[in-house]
Amino acid sequence: MTGRSEDHRGDAGGRRLGAVMNASELREWFAHEVLPLEAALMQFLQHNWRNQSDIADLRQEVYVRVCEAARAERPENAKAFVFRTARNILINRVRREHVVPIEAVADVDALGVAMDAPGPDRTVIARDELRRLQAVLDRLPDRCREAVILGRVEGLSGREIASRMGITESTVSIHLANGVRALVDAFFANGTDRRGKA
Amino acid sequence: MSAVGEEGALPLGDANEIEAEAADWFQRRRFWHWSEEDQIRLDAWLDQSMAHSVAYWRLDAGFEGTERLTALRHPHFGTPNPAPKRNWRPILFRTAAAALVVSAIGAFALRYETPPPVEKAYATGIGRTERIALSDGSSIELNTNTKLRVSIGRKQRRVFLDRGEAYFQVAHDAQRPFVVMVGKRRITDLGTKFLVRRGAEQVEIAVSQGRVRLEATNESHAFAPVELIKGEVVVANDKQIVVKTKTPKKLADELGWRHGVLVFDHTSLSDAAREFNRYNEGKLIIEDPQVAQLTIDGTFRSNNVGLFARAAKDLLGLRIEVRGADTVIAR
Repeated sequence: MTGRSEDHRGDAGGRRLGAVMNASELREWFAHEVLPLEAALMQFLQHNWRNQSDIADLRQEVYVRVCEAARAERPENAKAFVFRTARNILINRVRREHVVPIEAVADVDALGVAMDAPGPDRTVIARDELRRLQAVLDRLPDRCREAVILGRVEGLSGREIASRMGITESTVSIHLANGVRALVDAFFANGTDRRGKA
Repeated sequence: MSAVGEEGALPLGDANEIEAEAADWFQRRRFWHWSEEDQIRLDAWLDQSMAHSVAYWRLDAGFEGTERLTALRHPHFGTPNPAPKRNWRPILFRTAAAALVVSAIGAFALRYETPPPVEKAYATGIGRTERIALSDGSSIELNTNTKLRVSIGRKQRRVFLDRGEAYFQVAHDAQRPFVVMVGKRRITDLGTKFLVRRGAEQVEIAVSQGRVRLEATNESHAFAPVELIKGEVVVANDKQIVVKTKTPKKLADELGWRHGVLVFDHTSLSDAAREFNRYNEGKLIIEDPQVAQLTIDGTFRSNNVGLFARAAKDLLGLRIEVRGADTVIAR
C-alpha cells in the first residue's frame, strides 16, 4: 500500500484510530454509504475524464480502493473519501499516461451538495423509480426483457423461466445476467439515466 | 491485495469482464438451485480480489433495490398466462383492468358468502409466545400478551389483532387476500412476512419480506393507502404515519422475541425496561431519570430480568434493589 497511502491522507491515512471492519461490516458500509453515491460519482468521472470507455474501470477502481482502505479503517465521511479517492485516481492516471484531459480535475467539494438536501416525498421517489425501471426494461432486447420480467417481477425460478419461454437454461442465464446488470445500473443511476441519450 | 498493485491502478478493461462474471454468479445464486458447494465456490471467487467482491456486492444491493418492480405484479393474479411474447406493457394494463373488475365482483360475492367462516381466537399471557399454523399454510407467531382472532374463509383470510404483537408468514394465495385488521387500519398482504405491533396509541408494521399495503378503513382518519416493501417500517398513530427504512440487522433484532430474546443496540435503560416489562409480571423499575438515559448493548433472554439487571450493574456501575417481585435499578 506504500504507493497509495498518501492519496488518502486525512481519511484512511490519518493517525486517528478508526474501526477495523470485518467482511460483512465492509459490505454493509459499501452498500449503505458508498453505492448511494454512484450517480454523483459517475457524473464526476464522466465530467472529468475524456475517454468515456474508461468510466467503468475507473468506477471499479474507486470502489476497490475505498473498500480496501475502509477495511483497515472505516472513514468518517464516506462521501468526501469517495470523491477524494476518485480525484486522486484521475490525477494518477493523467500522470502515468501523460495525457491531459480537456477539463482539469474539478473541485471535489463543489460536488454532491444537492445530496445533503432532504429528499422529496417518498411516494414520489417510489413512482419515479418504478417509471425509470420500466423504461430500462423497455430498452432491453425482447427475450431478455421477458426473462427478466418473469424472474424479477413474477418471481419465477430460472428453470421455470426456461420452460415458460421454451429456451435452454443456459440462454436464460445469459438473459438474466444481462438484465440484472441493466437494472442495477439504472437503479444506481438515480434519475440521471445516461443510456437514454445513447 | 495484488489487484491494486504498487502502481495504484487496476488493469484497464477488466471491469466489464469482472462485472459480467459477477452477474453470472449473482443470477445463478438468485434464480437457480444453489448448494453448499456452489456457495463455497462463490466465496472463493469473492475472496480472490476486492474487485470481485465490490462487483458482486454492488449487483446484490442494486438488485434488492429494484424490489419496487414487483409492484407491477398485480396481487389478485398469480403469474400471467404463458403468452408474453408480445409487448408486455399492454398485458400488464389489461391485467390491471381485469383485476379491477374481478375485485369488484369479489367484494360483491363476499357479502353473500355463506356460511361465514368460523372465527378462532388465540391469546398469549405475559412472557409467553405461541406459533399457530393455519390451514392455508400461513403461520402466525404471537408475542407476549397478545390476542387475535382468525377467520379463514374461501374468499378471504382475516386476522383481527386486538392486542399485542404478531409476526405473520403468509402463504400467498392470489384468490384469497390475507388481511390483518388493527383497529381502524387494514393491512393487506401482497405475498410476504411482516410484523405488526399494536401499542396503546400507535401501530407499528415492519416488513421483512415481500410487500404489504396499509389502509385506513374509517372516513375520519382517512389517509392514502401506503405500500411497504421489504426493510420498511411504518409507525401510524391517529395523526400521522411515518415510513422508515431499517437495516436487515435492525429488523432481525426486533424479531428476537421469536427466539425468546431481546436485542439491545444502544438502547436506553428506560426503553429496555419497557421491553422487559412486556414479558414479565415482576417489573423492572428505573426511577432515576439520569439512569434511565444510560444505554446498553446486548442480547438477553426476555424472561431473565435478573441477568439484565446484573449486566447493568456491572457494566454501568449501578445498584440493584429487589422490591417484592420487582427489580429496581438505581445509582
